[in-house]
Amino acid sequence: MNKEEKYITRHKPKSQKIGNSISFPHLGKVPKGIGARGVGGLSATNLTKRFGNFTAVDRITFEVKQGEIFGFLGANGAGKTTAMRMLCGLLKPTSGEATVAGFDVFKEQEEIKKNIGYMSQKFSLYENMTVRENIEFFGGVYGLKMSEIKPRMDSLLNKLEFTDVRDKLVQSLPLGWKQKLAFSTAIFHEPQIVFLDEPTSGVDPVTRRQFWDLIYDASERGITVFVTTHYMDEAEYCNRISLMVDGRIEALDTPKNLKTEHNANSMNEVFYALARKAKRVE
Amino acid sequence: MYSQRHAIRKLNKSSTVLDSASAEKLIAYRSPLTAEQKELTADSSSFIAEQTAYISVSRLSKSYEKASVLAVDNVSFEVNRGEIFGLIGPDGAGKTSIFRMLTTLILPDSGSATVLGFDVVKDFREIRSQVGYMPGRFSLYQDLSIEENLNFYATIFGTTLEENFHLIHDIYVQIEPFKKRKAGNLSGGMKQKLALCCALIHKPRVLFLDEPTTGIDPVSRKELWEMLRKLKSQDIAILASTPYMDEALMCDRIGLINNGKIMTIDTPQGLIEKYDKPLYAVSADNIARLLRILQEYPEIENSYAFGDNAHVILQGRSTDLKRYLEEKGLRNIEIIPIKATVEDCFINSLSEQ
Ligand SMILES: Nc1ncnc2c1ncn2[C@@H]1O[C@H](COP(=O)(O)OP(=O)(O)OP(=O)(O)O)[C@@H](O)[C@H]1O
Ligand SMILES: [Mg+2]
Repeated sequence: MNKEEKYITRHKPKSQKIGNSISFPHLGKVPKGIGARGVGGLSATNLTKRFGNFTAVDRITFEVKQGEIFGFLGANGAGKTTAMRMLCGLLKPTSGEATVAGFDVFKEQEEIKKNIGYMSQKFSLYENMTVRENIEFFGGVYGLKMSEIKPRMDSLLNKLEFTDVRDKLVQSLPLGWKQKLAFSTAIFHEPQIVFLDEPTSGVDPVTRRQFWDLIYDASERGITVFVTTHYMDEAEYCNRISLMVDGRIEALDTPKNLKTEHNANSMNEVFYALARKAKRVE
Repeated sequence: MYSQRHAIRKLNKSSTVLDSASAEKLIAYRSPLTAEQKELTADSSSFIAEQTAYISVSRLSKSYEKASVLAVDNVSFEVNRGEIFGLIGPDGAGKTSIFRMLTTLILPDSGSATVLGFDVVKDFREIRSQVGYMPGRFSLYQDLSIEENLNFYATIFGTTLEENFHLIHDIYVQIEPFKKRKAGNLSGGMKQKLALCCALIHKPRVLFLDEPTTGIDPVSRKELWEMLRKLKSQDIAILASTPYMDEALMCDRIGLINNGKIMTIDTPQGLIEKYDKPLYAVSADNIARLLRILQEYPEIENSYAFGDNAHVILQGRSTDLKRYLEEKGLRNIEIIPIKATVEDCFINSLSEQ
């Protein structure tokens, strides 16, 4: 079992009241969320992670507002996944401060896990379980009762047009379908914020657009979306983006402002201008 | 030898879909060639160099789950020496199954295929010793460092890192600063770069790349394709698949594939020229609203987000559309006729199905 899997199996919140504020699948209603503090965004100050002498994330400071779609960009090895894992309460920071949905990443990691959804770069679903079993499993992990899971599962399967494949093994599904399902299970418990690590990598252009429809749906329901991607057209779909270079945040703004500032026609050009300043070695 | 072959046959028989762990083992299995094998290889290569088609696929089919799913349906194409051929299609179109048949990991149900003149069913050993394969989800040896992984692959193919360093140089320099780091501690894209170096290090004459750039950042993607273009001038044929439509332009020819069938084979330019729909780029101050309103406009065949604007196949007049959008309260509206990109061709070919 890798760390992500462990997290998911280990993490079974003891008592959990979802309440009846869940609006799924109807749009437009902002869910109250589970967290007592109810601040759906996040903020980090000088957040740092070192592995031995190597500083993977180097004093990053930024804020994400509730309901925002925030794109977290950067070249390979810039430190995106490492930063995200700290924010999800999966990896202990070396120094700095951060709160996610109002909870402290040092002291309240368990609270954070309950209030977020996370779709990792590597692991997101059990390949040898069926679609239905995965939904039931993840619903259970987040403390939903079977009676709550059932109706939500039905409307989810309907919405994704997955009714025909509900009893198929996940491994038999095309990648793009898996990713849509993984995203839906990551927000099945209506978290305040969802972290998506390269959710569309390898997904074809048509399915990627469907995936982004799901992201917009979630965002309209008030779920904050924190997403990494290497597709620069997707960067354009974010409200704001940050660009990480060598563990630091080099730029942070709306796509429009970044393009203006760098005198660029596309986010691709902005990325070229900034991302290759990377210099670091072991 | 027997047991390995036996294991492979058994795997092929028992389950047509290999799980990634077994597939990886099979790919990793390439014992150094014996003197006799080397001689044979040398002989065949002089023979093959005279042929131009390094990969030749004829009416290949493959089904799974007791024939209920037809993954590859009567597919034929050729890839010539010095050519990069791109397989472009949606998830689940059958691309990976084609790669697996051509690299001898699974057996076709019917049809035939040769790689460097070798038959994919009968001559699997020869094929494995002469091709490089980078599967979509490549598992490296997580406990070995970058350097150790590369040396390992070089050694099993009877070569050295130094001998073929020029082939991997452009990509390798990006991960070289971390060469002592264990593969398990690399970022996703760094792993992908290492996997590509491993597939290239023995100077294969046929290179199979199943989504080589997935997870790779935009700058590195460009460098990787420039590297492949350079590699072409060597004695090699490359079959690649990719979900990035801009990369299709870097291929000499592409095959659009869907539901296991190849719909068209053409050069990227040829494909673009065949596109005959009235395509416009539409932008406005609020792109999310724009996209929603476009969905409701009757004279539109299709509309979709395209970076910071929308692409629209417009049956009516653009002045009418502009007025309509203005009435809906949108500002800074621009409607410009444009030439299709490969991505537009792809989306169109899917929506016409
Ligand atoms: N456990 C670890 N030990 C040592 N170094 C590590 C460890 N985990 C990550 N790193 C290093 O930290 C750096 C940042 O890695 P990270 O995975 O955060 O990058 P990333 O921005 O997500 O890249 P990608 O786009 O390729 O996914 C890399 O140099 C990586 O090798
Ligand atoms: Mg990453």
